[in-house]
Amino acid sequence: MSLVARHLESNGIPTVVLGSAMDIIEYCSVPRYAHVDFPLGNPCGKPFDTAMQKSIAEDVLDLFGQATQAGTIVRLSYQWNEDQAWRDAYARVSDENLEHLRELGEQRRREQLQNKTSLAKIDFN
Amino acid sequence: MTEVYDVPYMRRTRDYYRAQGYKQDYVWAHFSDAPFQALAKSLEKSTLALITTAMPDTGKGRSERKLYSTPVDPLPDSMYTDELSWDKQATHTRDVNSFLPIVPMRALVEEGRLGKLAERFHSVPTEYSQRSTREVQAPEILKRCLEDGADIALLVPL
Repeated sequence: MSLVARHLESNGIPTVVLGSAMDIIEYCSVPRYAHVDFPLGNPCGKPFDTAMQKSIAEDVLDLFGQATQAGTIVRLSYQWNEDQAWRDAYARVSDENLEHLRELGEQRRREQLQNKTSLAKIDFN
Repeated sequence: MTEVYDVPYMRRTRDYYRAQGYKQDYVWAHFSDAPFQALAKSLEKSTLALITTAMPDTGKGRSERKLYSTPVDPLPDSMYTDELSWDKQATHTRDVNSFLPIVPMRALVEEGRLGKLAERFHSVPTEYSQRSTREVQAPEILKRCLEDGADIALLVPL
């Protein structure tokens, strides 16, 4: 997505990327980035929270209107909830799940061989 | 209680797939600077294109990861997100507007703060090949945005 944003911007269409993976988007460098510090999946606001979604849409328009230079990053101040456990839990590798992950990988490679699909199915933002 | 910090998604992803036995790490696109284009029109007169990594929730969208353009009206009831890397333990994607803000942006159009929404939104599959994204998908998205008269674009990766 960041590469697409860069391409559109280079060809005359101003862009905002709205996301929740600060490190990935910062690494690519995009013209304007609005960061929502949520678990991956709902960067436009919590599901069914229409007031928050509207407010984030307004923040996006503000960023379009206010950014004056490339690489403008805005951290929006919304909170997912009090429980921060999702930060530690996401894609965690530990002694407890190591064997499970190894089996998962083997199973996936078997399926990929059968289906002749590839790693392209994995999304990395 | 866990402290608040930015989740290091690149490192987590690398470790996660290494633990699954993948030998080659994914290589993220990296640039130290970005292009910048100032707005050509005021927001009140601009047409906004929406771009998502979610696929249409159709037979084709579920089975073929490719570029799709879908009307914003009627609002899709659902989008296909199963194969994307979002936090399936912490949340869900049953509310399309939580990752594809058609309704909130439409509300801003009605209030006169935004000119209009482009008639189609675009689904971009995330590719393993950066080259394919740069040379095939990005130019095609640009072409479609121009066809739709888009002045600005909002890109939302899940």
